[in-house]
Amino acid sequence: MIPELGHFALVAALCVALVQGVLPLAGAQRGHAGWIALARPAAGAMNLLLLTAFACLTAAFVQNDFSVLYVAQHSNTRLPLPYRVAAVWGGHEGSLLLWVALLGLWTLAVAVFSKALPEAMTARVIGVMGLVTAGFLLFVLAASNPFERLLPGAEEGRDLNPLLQDPGLVIHPPMLYMGYVGFSVAFAFAVAALISGRLDAAWARWSRPWTLAAWIFLTLGIALGSGWAYYELGWGGWWFWDPVENASFMPWLIGTALLHSLAVTEKRGGLRNWTVLLAISAFSLSLLGTFLVRSGVLTSVHAFAADPARGVFILVFLVAVVGASLLLFAWRAPTVGPGGRFDLVSRESLLLANNALLAVACATVLLGTLYPLAVDALGAGKLSVGPPYFETVFAPLMAPLLFLIGVGPLARWKRDSVSTLARPLYWAFPCAAAVGIAVPFLLGEWKPWVALSLALAAWIVLAGALDAARRSRAAAGWPPAAFLGMHLAHFGVAVFLAGVAIVNGYQQEKDVKMEAGDTVTLAGHTLRFNGVRQRQGPNYTALAGDVDLLGGGRKLWPEKRFYPTSPMPMTEAAIDAGFLRDIYVSLGEPVDKARPEGAWIVRVHFKPCIGWIWGGCALMALGGLLAARDRRYRIGGRKKAMNHDKHGEHNENLSR
Amino acid sequence: MNRFLWPLIGFAVLAALLAAGLRLNPRELPSPLVGKTAPDFALPRLDTPERNFSPGEMRGKAWLLNVWATWCVSCRQEHPLLVEIARSKTVALVGLNYKEVRGDAAFDMDKISAETERKLAAERADSWLDRHGNPYTLSVLDLDGRAGMDYGVYGVPETYVIDKAGVIRFKHIGPVTPDVLSGKILPLVAELSK
Repeated sequence: MIPELGHFALVAALCVALVQGVLPLAGAQRGHAGWIALARPAAGAMNLLLLTAFACLTAAFVQNDFSVLYVAQHSNTRLPLPYRVAAVWGGHEGSLLLWVALLGLWTLAVAVFSKALPEAMTARVIGVMGLVTAGFLLFVLAASNPFERLLPGAEEGRDLNPLLQDPGLVIHPPMLYMGYVGFSVAFAFAVAALISGRLDAAWARWSRPWTLAAWIFLTLGIALGSGWAYYELGWGGWWFWDPVENASFMPWLIGTALLHSLAVTEKRGGLRNWTVLLAISAFSLSLLGTFLVRSGVLTSVHAFAADPARGVFILVFLVAVVGASLLLFAWRAPTVGPGGRFDLVSRESLLLANNALLAVACATVLLGTLYPLAVDALGAGKLSVGPPYFETVFAPLMAPLLFLIGVGPLARWKRDSVSTLARPLYWAFPCAAAVGIAVPFLLGEWKPWVALSLALAAWIVLAGALDAARRSRAAAGWPPAAFLGMHLAHFGVAVFLAGVAIVNGYQQEKDVKMEAGDTVTLAGHTLRFNGVRQRQGPNYTALAGDVDLLGGGRKLWPEKRFYPTSPMPMTEAAIDAGFLRDIYVSLGEPVDKARPEGAWIVRVHFKPCIGWIWGGCALMALGGLLAARDRRYRIGGRKKAMNHDKHGEHNENLSR
Repeated sequence: MNRFLWPLIGFAVLAALLAAGLRLNPRELPSPLVGKTAPDFALPRLDTPERNFSPGEMRGKAWLLNVWATWCVSCRQEHPLLVEIARSKTVALVGLNYKEVRGDAAFDMDKISAETERKLAAERADSWLDRHGNPYTLSVLDLDGRAGMDYGVYGVPETYVIDKAGVIRFKHIGPVTPDVLSGKILPLVAELSK
């Protein structure tokens, strides 16, 4: 009964989404106040229905209702309760439902937090989001219904993929989807602005906090996914340039570009067409990611089961959404006048350079991701594009971008000169270079690209600190939150960069055969292997290696888990995490399969500063959060800010 | 030419590529077994356990080998199609029941003797076929999955088309869909049976 209720809620949600997508848009176009007023209640109703459907599916999982096909395929009576709940989004159908439910939540957030916007604008934004929701609901109901029955029901479920039975899975997809789906708000604002012809500073100001919010979630989601891969896949890597990772990285790159170009549009009214194109692209790339992951056109460790029918549906939907918005763009953009003029050396130019670099970086990732597909489509064979390509093309694009992080915040809007820009940075440059030259020596071996990365990281930190010092000298009191947030996020980039450089440059690993009592020393850390023990988990049995990290007295328990539902054992690494280094131990295979109590192949990694990678991401997200808290985005502050625009130049020095 | 049309044009090219990509299957790696003689095995038949079956007996006609198990949820999805094939009597369909007991989560293999496993597997397979219909000309029990391993089974169900000379001509991984059946398997069988 409950699954039918959920199914019914989805059908009802589709009807509401169609109303929400059609009437407010038409009302805003014709000035029909009654239709415009429908937007908010429709968003509320749809949210309620989507949450009902989501709750119904969760109930089916909690109750082990194996007469629901999706539950039978992704759960098991022995699966612990928290994972049964997380299994709701452990497969294609349920994760799509999560997608739509989050879309509903974002729509509701827009409805609640945009009271200060003109009614017609809000109606258009909610209307566009309604159309997107309707498309996804149609997809769910037509080709991915999670409530489909299996009659007669199965006695036992097939179980959730053991790789996904991990706390990381509980939060990684919702975070990531919050980011993906969150870009739909910026997208809806862009489309609404194109329809109304109001591509102005006010539009940029309204979009900014939403874009930031989505970007924060996406940043955290990607970082969590990378952390999960690090400790769950058992080979100590944190980024694999896997198509699915790339699918989440592309919207992040464009989202980052969008954040910066929105600044230009908000403050100077410039780059309007470019900004709107980025807003469309960020969400389009989210949709493209959905297509790549769910259509089966690419192989990946993350890909869902392939189903061509689904691929066709998403492709049609993708073409409809992206095609229509780009058509609208081609029609409306020529009527948008040029924004404020700016010189070659100005903050606008630097932000434009940032945008160009990020967009090109995204294009190279897209190229690398789709290249195997293109080659296959041309019948030229099967191949895969791996890390060497991405690393080769990505680094030269990132180096100038990272350099610009130091310069950009100091530049003046409209016009600046190289000499005034360079003066405050006079000392930062040699200091950063000194760090780059000296630190690699201290770390043991001088490597040119580690030196370059560390110099760039030091450059970002020093230039940011100089700018902050200058700002506090120039004006009393705390600088605005947006200013602090920007510098905190840039600092996060520096931390991330230093972490990547050090771990890639100085990580060590050893595969050793160990009998009970053997020790191994890696980078000054000695580990003793005391043999393996049997351990019984809730739905698996494990062989746990008993490993002592000598010196600190810490015990590590790397495990090999055997899930009866899965032919492959899972490797559960044990990590002694620290600020400066991780010691990472994973069990390979027993030397003699018949004697697991004997010698084992043990893999030991020394990962210096790897925690900085995720710490840097967390700092970026925190910086974004701080910036989003800036008072000019507050609900009350909006009306004031709008009036401000009419007077042209406004709080120009706010973020200087 | 309106320069703002370029993003749309770029997207159109991308969409065309994706559409072309949909018709391809990246997982359809050319199986190393296609074009090779089907690996031999001799396994007890489900209906008459004292008799063994081996692929050599099928020489001279094209036939299908379908890998299945009662614990396999997707097998149920393709089952009606298999029953249909059997009803049309166009081609012989041999079932390879794969790891009937070992593949199932519910059993602890340490506590089950070889004899019990054999009995249990036969019981489970029989009752499943009674319930859902038996499309197989005959089925064999691959208890330890060794024959399956020779065939490179990595997901149940799988279906193989084998020709008169005993050479594997086609392999389908996952449940047989009406498209694959009418578009690929049946035409191929018709051609091979000539």
